[in-house]
Amino acid sequence: MSTSAQAGAPPAADQSTFEIPPATKRCVMAFILVGFAHLAVGIVMGFLQGMSYMGIDLFPFVGIFDNYYQALSIHGTFNVLMFTTFFILGFLTLVTVKTLQRPLWSTGLLRVNFWLTLVGALLTDWALLTGRGTVLFTSYAPLQAHPAYYIGLALVVVGTLVLLLNLVVTYIHWRRDNPGQRTPLMAFAALTTLIMWGLATFGVVVQFVGMLIPWSLGLLEGVDPLLSRTLFWQSGHPIVYFWLLPAYISWYFMLPAQNGGKLFSESLARLAFLLFIPLSLPVGFHHQFVDPGVSEGYKALHAFITFGVFMPSMITAFTVLASLETGARSRGGQGRLGWIRRLNWSNPAVAAQLLGMIIFALGGISGLVNASFNLNLVVHNTLFVPGHFHLTVGTAVALTFMGTAYWLVPHLTGRKLWGGRLAIAQVWLWFVGMLLMSRGMTWAGLQGAPRRTFMAGATYKLPEWTSSFQLLGVGGAILTVSGVLFFVILAATLLNKARVEASEVEFPIATPLYQENVPGLLDRFAPWVVVAVLLVVMGYGPMYWQMLNDLQMTSPGFRSF
Amino acid sequence: MHIDIHERRWIIASAVMLAVFAVAVVLSALSLGIRLPGREPRSLAVAAGFDPNEGWIRQLGPQRYEVNLFAQAFFFDPGTIEIPAGSTVTFNLHSRDVLHGWKVIGTNLSMMAIPGQVGRVTYTFDEPGEYTMVCNEFCGLGHHVMAGKIIVTP
Repeated sequence: MSTSAQAGAPPAADQSTFEIPPATKRCVMAFILVGFAHLAVGIVMGFLQGMSYMGIDLFPFVGIFDNYYQALSIHGTFNVLMFTTFFILGFLTLVTVKTLQRPLWSTGLLRVNFWLTLVGALLTDWALLTGRGTVLFTSYAPLQAHPAYYIGLALVVVGTLVLLLNLVVTYIHWRRDNPGQRTPLMAFAALTTLIMWGLATFGVVVQFVGMLIPWSLGLLEGVDPLLSRTLFWQSGHPIVYFWLLPAYISWYFMLPAQNGGKLFSESLARLAFLLFIPLSLPVGFHHQFVDPGVSEGYKALHAFITFGVFMPSMITAFTVLASLETGARSRGGQGRLGWIRRLNWSNPAVAAQLLGMIIFALGGISGLVNASFNLNLVVHNTLFVPGHFHLTVGTAVALTFMGTAYWLVPHLTGRKLWGGRLAIAQVWLWFVGMLLMSRGMTWAGLQGAPRRTFMAGATYKLPEWTSSFQLLGVGGAILTVSGVLFFVILAATLLNKARVEASEVEFPIATPLYQENVPGLLDRFAPWVVVAVLLVVMGYGPMYWQMLNDLQMTSPGFRSF
Repeated sequence: MHIDIHERRWIIASAVMLAVFAVAVVLSALSLGIRLPGREPRSLAVAAGFDPNEGWIRQLGPQRYEVNLFAQAFFFDPGTIEIPAGSTVTFNLHSRDVLHGWKVIGTNLSMMAIPGQVGRVTYTFDEPGEYTMVCNEFCGLGHHVMAGKIIVTP
């Protein structure tokens, strides 16, 4: 490990000419396609849910799904556990290999990785689709699913850790072969993401391996619901950054190049990523603000650290926008804000990310509301919360990933993007649909409407919720149209007889605007990991100690299906 | 490390904004008394005649009540609570089976019901009216009928 105060020299070689080995490309495509397959199913479920809010119950006609809650369980798990994980594993592999300019330590392991993760997903998918996993993606005990639900998810998590191992060893070999070199930015950010996630898995690994899997198999009589929930959310908050940071990789290190510009600040980009390691982990209690059994003092501590994790995103806002400005002005943009029109709006991948960013601002603000300690009393478990996260994971992340597919699939397969301007229409439809749906959700939530509820069958609907539900339903319908359009374009592209040359679909890599000396601390992981572990021990240790002293492994499983 | 002057200002302004919000949160908690549930002893000290495992409401004094509230799939026990306006009520919230949510729409009352834990909160109902309380955590296939009422009489 380098002990110099400065990071190494910036890479001398051109990062963009390295040819990714064909076997790796195939694996990356496989991961991404499995991810999108899950998103397709998830979106169909979402449509049924949106219609329920409008009072239209389509479940009797659909047949395969018994009830709203099964569809909701599929929607959550397929979208934020399967779609995200598979896309991200493919994407992080891609950017690491491309920018380290070397094959993975073990391509064989990558293949094993894919099949292992897929088997896990299929187990959980089976449980969900056959109605044995109607526990929503949070699977809160004492609700109990079929063992396959939990075992499948555990294998998916193992899959992410296997990739972490593969990328870390690849990186160690790169370091050995490139002494005195600064780590290329995309690889650095990919490693940061997976290292943060690796630390985050502690909660769910203990929860699933120690409690939920043996309990669902009948090996454990009962579990402690509070402890189970606390372990879940210890991983459950950092997982949102596992989803977000790959989108940030695209916004920081690809988007400026797609706009003819440069990365405004390399040091701050590195700092923003690294800050997520310590700050994303000791904040899980902000999902448990109204739980009995967790002390108010520790809830407050987590609230303040959550405010802290807002900072790297504020840094990102400036650096990414400034990078965009450099590009727009180089394309002739003028005026204080007029340059915005000169961004590369006609590229659907760019439009997706720009619109995703605009919506992300709203998502961040609503996140701050959720995090604001006692303000949570107003919004907890209301529709405000889905109103928030459809803006963040549902748009900033999902729309960025869909937009990325518009250049990545042609780049990897050599087939031309089908449909011309339809892709741009798809992106704008998502943007409009999401604004309407999320507004309907946040509005209804502020009026007290609960989340996770089959509204078409609810006996207590308040009249003031009707308008917001209609807005929700209309937005959801528009989103469904956008989703269908995306999959039509994707399928047609995969089958397109028209070809493109690799040179026509460039792998975008942004270069920094300034050549600067980067502090050594911003090219290393160990100090950040150490601080993270200390913060987690501080922020969770005493509460876990009290919970373990009070442990009641007495709740039997309840199957609500 | 070179930080552009405008970015430096933006970062400082962001940190100041967050600090202002944090102060607002602390003030609302300490001076307005808007608190979150904490850790409570699991057993309740109750008066004779009131079974800690049953749902009930009892009067502690003038304009002062205590409710022992159970959340169960798919109802609250007691499901209807009637009190005069101006009453201060302490709620002890339990779950008899799975996780439930408890939200009294139109108030700051919001708490999880977790089996094995007791949630305690005290609230003064100044405004007369009918308040709907709903379960807002998925608890099974009947989740969407799980609701109750707090009737505050003038």
